[in-house]
Amino acid sequence: MMTAPDHKIGLSVRGATKVYPGTLALNDVDFDVHLGAVNVLVGENGAGKSTLMKVIAGVEQLTSGEILKDGERLSLPDTRAAAAHGIGIVFQELNLFPNMTVADNIFIAREKTRAGIDIAAGDQKKEAVELLKRLEHDISPDAMVSDLRIGEQQIVEIAKALAQDARILIMDEPTSALSAAEVEILFRVIADLKKRGVGIVYISHRLEELIRIGDYITVLRDGVRTGARSMEGVDVPWIVRNMIGAASKDFAKTVQHEFGDEIFRSEDICLIGKTGKFVVDHVSLSLRAGEIVGIYGLMGAGRSEFFECIMAQHPNCSGAFFVEGKPLNEPDVAGRISRGLALIPEDRKAEGLVQILPIRENMSLSSLGNFVKGIHLNLRRERETVARFVRDLTIKIASMENPVSSLSGGNQQKVVIGKALMTSPKVLLMDEPSRGIDIGAKAEVFRTMRKLAAEGLGILFVSSDLEEVMSLSDRIIVMSNGRITGEFNGPDATEEQIIAASAIGHAPSGEAGHMNERKHG
Amino acid sequence: MTSLTATQGQTGSGGQPLVLLLLKLRTFIALIAVFAFFSMAAPNFLSAANFVIMSKHVALNAFLAIGMTFVIITGGIDLSVGSIVGLCGMVAGWLILNGIDLGIGYSLYFNLFEIILITLAVGVLVGAINGLLITRLNVAPFIATLGTLYVARGLALLSSDGATFPNLVGKEDYGSTGFYLLGTGNILGIPISIWLLIAVGCAAAYIASRTPLGRHIYAVGGNEKAAALSGVKVNRVKMFVYMFSGFCAAIVGLVISSQLVASHPATGETFELNAIAAAVLGGTSMSGGRGRIGGTIVGAFVIGVLSDGLVMMGVSSFWQTVIKGLVIIAAVVVDQAQQRLQARVALQQQAAAR
Repeated sequence: MMTAPDHKIGLSVRGATKVYPGTLALNDVDFDVHLGAVNVLVGENGAGKSTLMKVIAGVEQLTSGEILKDGERLSLPDTRAAAAHGIGIVFQELNLFPNMTVADNIFIAREKTRAGIDIAAGDQKKEAVELLKRLEHDISPDAMVSDLRIGEQQIVEIAKALAQDARILIMDEPTSALSAAEVEILFRVIADLKKRGVGIVYISHRLEELIRIGDYITVLRDGVRTGARSMEGVDVPWIVRNMIGAASKDFAKTVQHEFGDEIFRSEDICLIGKTGKFVVDHVSLSLRAGEIVGIYGLMGAGRSEFFECIMAQHPNCSGAFFVEGKPLNEPDVAGRISRGLALIPEDRKAEGLVQILPIRENMSLSSLGNFVKGIHLNLRRERETVARFVRDLTIKIASMENPVSSLSGGNQQKVVIGKALMTSPKVLLMDEPSRGIDIGAKAEVFRTMRKLAAEGLGILFVSSDLEEVMSLSDRIIVMSNGRITGEFNGPDATEEQIIAASAIGHAPSGEAGHMNERKHG
Repeated sequence: MTSLTATQGQTGSGGQPLVLLLLKLRTFIALIAVFAFFSMAAPNFLSAANFVIMSKHVALNAFLAIGMTFVIITGGIDLSVGSIVGLCGMVAGWLILNGIDLGIGYSLYFNLFEIILITLAVGVLVGAINGLLITRLNVAPFIATLGTLYVARGLALLSSDGATFPNLVGKEDYGSTGFYLLGTGNILGIPISIWLLIAVGCAAAYIASRTPLGRHIYAVGGNEKAAALSGVKVNRVKMFVYMFSGFCAAIVGLVISSQLVASHPATGETFELNAIAAAVLGGTSMSGGRGRIGGTIVGAFVIGVLSDGLVMMGVSSFWQTVIKGLVIIAAVVVDQAQQRLQARVALQQQAAAR
């Protein structure tokens, strides 16, 4: 490990505190960005990493605390101000405009113009090509972003940040959708940027990756800084100890129970995407009562689409589903819910909840039929039932009449789970059940999953968090490019096996490889 | 009043909840203020006769606004209601005067009850066409109903070549007499159109608050994708709201023709804008998911009383238009303030609960 001791500090954050409704996202955090080095930031989901980066990038404002550059206090009211100070960011969620071309996206809001009016499209394209070449990709600058693979979109996002010529470049999980070969390319680019004196802030969940490229490390846990040092001598156990602390993950398996009969099966599910390729490619799997099956894969592996097929969101998907051995022919969501399926969607805000409606109305939305006589809703019975589920799931609420948007992420997630459970399902489909919730709520969600499985529910869940999949699943299925590329017995699987399976079908290592793939893609 | 029940959940003390309560009741307060003002400023305003006249005016807009409220709550808009009013008036007039020509030298005449049913069915049918365009053919609600606005108005004009169907007294032989009663008759001293409004208003308020359908209407407007994934049959809900809106417009068409004992094809032009204004004034959010029938009816009263009162004061109709516009804008600005305050109160309660 080469760690020069004289890295200048380009930016420092002191006493950062950020309060969101219901959560303390950052609590008195100090953070330094060393120039010409990779500053790694690590922590669990909800530890406050993304919040800290959003503060530095001018997206969010601190409740208290300050940001210093060369000893002077900076005010960063918006991303424009941050960009003016040479701060660029690659967001975790892709912030691209799918309806515009690659070149348009790279230069959005910083268009190259002639006389301030006319866009110099030719110059933009030329520079876009150069940037993409630096990233060793031959994506056409005229391609529509919506036509690109998720991994390619991430490359465009990185190119967009590079185009700003930032002095400080924040990368929030840039590798989550990249194949191993693409990750190597990114690392070469990072090394190049380091040489040019750029300070890089690098956030990732892949710990080995961090140790390999990091120069400095800062660990966050529940909004508090639990460790900060140079990378020298840091190993995985040290990171994990600081990340998780004494309260080790208590969602590990506790009770053993027998599995029941097969409760759900899919046969040869295929779905063709917009680009004419299989998004879901002949997926067959089966689930037994009481079993928890985790589906692991990179972004864009087709996992969410598979769930959407189960819930009748893609009328043109082919194949067959069976619940308790009987074919599932109901054409709409209501019918499938009535057969005992329930989905907890990945995107709580966009798909799980009606934000402006009260907590009560959100929870009963799928099961209103239970409270109806004729056409009349029995509001008292509805309230009682919702109150029971709120208690059972230990959802912390002031009043069930408040809009669901007033809750913290973890409690919102529990409302979504409550909504699903109120339909008394047999099979629970959970898409990224722990996304964006704090560690306490996460443990509770996992305990709930275990309890439900012990009660005989079959649970099929999707996660991008390897550790989560490995500790929670009775069986692990790995998907890549729409296909099932591996199936492991929970306790026997190793991380290496799973990661290897999740990269099958992605660009093989070597430059010729990914060029070829693009050609017949 | 629905806007009253909405505040019962608030039990906090101190200044903020009081302000919030006042904001929530703003349309009602505005109505009282408008009443108080005109009682002093306009002579004869506070007379029973004037009340009956005013409420008849208000009722027409209120019917449309009730249908419009459901549509707007689902996140849509129905621009065609004014034209449906005109078309349905012409249908009723045609049926009373001409019956249906069977083409074999005979015409089929209907009795009054059948005529009313057919007219209502025409309104529902136009609504269904709106619904089908929006749900099956994915036409944006604004465009779909703009299209039917023109088509329905054109058909109304075609039906009589632009002329009025006069003297709709009906014929004793066919049982089609008595049409005028709908618009001018009284029961217990209250006009029939007001009784009808009470019935439709109560039914709509019941649907909104106590039936799964009502819940689904709010859910679709709040987050269509989440509603669909929760098992709400989004297309059916949308079909219902447009058909209901068409139904309400048909009632208005019948009532106006009956009041005038004549049908004119241009009846109802720009009615859709008044209906939207009433809904918005009553706290319905144009982005969907929020709104109450009670609020809408109060909103319709504010607009109606305001314009009638200004007329009685002798204010120029040009100024009336300006004042109406200002009131609508003010209503939306206040609405935004209420939303912000309400969100803050909820967050504080939530923070206290932890």
